Amino acid sequence: MSWFRKPSSAPLWREEFSVFTADERYVNRRQFTKFLTLTSFGMLVGNLWILGRSLLRRAPSYPRLTVAATGELAVGGVKTFTYPTAQDPCILVRTAGDTCVAYSQKCTHLSCAVYYEKAQNRLECPCHQGFFSIADGSVLQGPPQRALPRVVLERQGEQWVAVRMEGETT
Amino acid sequence: MFGMEFYVDPSRCIGCQSCLKACEECDTHRGVSMINFDFLDRRETIATAAYVCWHCDNPTCAQVCPADAIKKYDDGIVGSSLKPRCIGCSNCVLACPFGIPKLVPEYEQMMKCDMCYDRTSVGKRPMCATVCPSQALAYVAPATIADTRREKPVNTFWFGNQKITTKVYMMAPADAGSIAIDVADYTWEGNHELVPQTF
Repeated sequence: MSWFRKPSSAPLWREEFSVFTADERYVNRRQFTKFLTLTSFGMLVGNLWILGRSLLRRAPSYPRLTVAATGELAVGGVKTFTYPTAQDPCILVRTAGDTCVAYSQKCTHLSCAVYYEKAQNRLECPCHQGFFSIADGSVLQGPPQRALPRVVLERQGEQWVAVRMEGETT
Repeated sequence: MFGMEFYVDPSRCIGCQSCLKACEECDTHRGVSMINFDFLDRRETIATAAYVCWHCDNPTCAQVCPADAIKKYDDGIVGSSLKPRCIGCSNCVLACPFGIPKLVPEYEQMMKCDMCYDRTSVGKRPMCATVCPSQALAYVAPATIADTRREKPVNTFWFGNQKITTKVYMMAPADAGSIAIDVADYTWEGNHELVPQTF
């Protein structure tokens, strides 16, 4: 078998499914072994590349961002913001008198925007009915498999400040 | 294959149908005969013709098969349809110029003569040739045919513009001008119409 086909008038299927058993093109053992070896080598290179990338990765640095004033939201109030970049929507919820939590707003299933459902006290994704715990962002029910990334907040005087993300899968 | 070739001579056929029975008894297709058996013109004559697949060098049946179910093997035999592949579409039945393949409705599969591949591939003669009392179906060496027959073996056929060369030989009149048979010359053109069957 040659690697490249000569141009001919007969369609390719005529060659591959020849009427004559003598002309049938079976994959022989050597071709199959070549294929296996090359594919394995390709997978090895790919894995080495992934390994190298993970070894060379630096810890990401997060900016400090003032999200809201402490008195700005009532209990159960919600505010959306973007963190760490302008392309990452997040949601801030005041859950009790003195506590606030913030999570990435992108559902871990298909990136729909989650919202806070006050009556059930949980985060809900309307696209496929994925529910997340308000306490730690873990999945309660639905198609998502991973918890929502959490925005770590710090109280600085009278303001809530976002300092870093936790549980991001990049 | 083992120095033997298949020769069909319809002029020798006596209509005993031994070939049909012998073919039917084969274990590879028990109960279904692969012999094509014709009464040439029942109103005028008792002449019959028994013949097998001609095993064309470039088989039309296999060329038109959409399922790659008919293969021509290295020794020149065109096999019957492969059971796992045949979809029972009848393309081969319609395409074969000799009218050899037959669709067997019970199995939804085309079945045709494979020249007793289980026998001829190990040097035995096909069942029909072993039982034919007048050797209208003969599986012998070419030298034997040349010594014992007046007729001339022919394996080139014309169907209109389609030229077909075959593995099986037809015994043609010795004085035939051309080695090729133009089938149109032998097509029946009597002056009476065939009697339509009423059911």
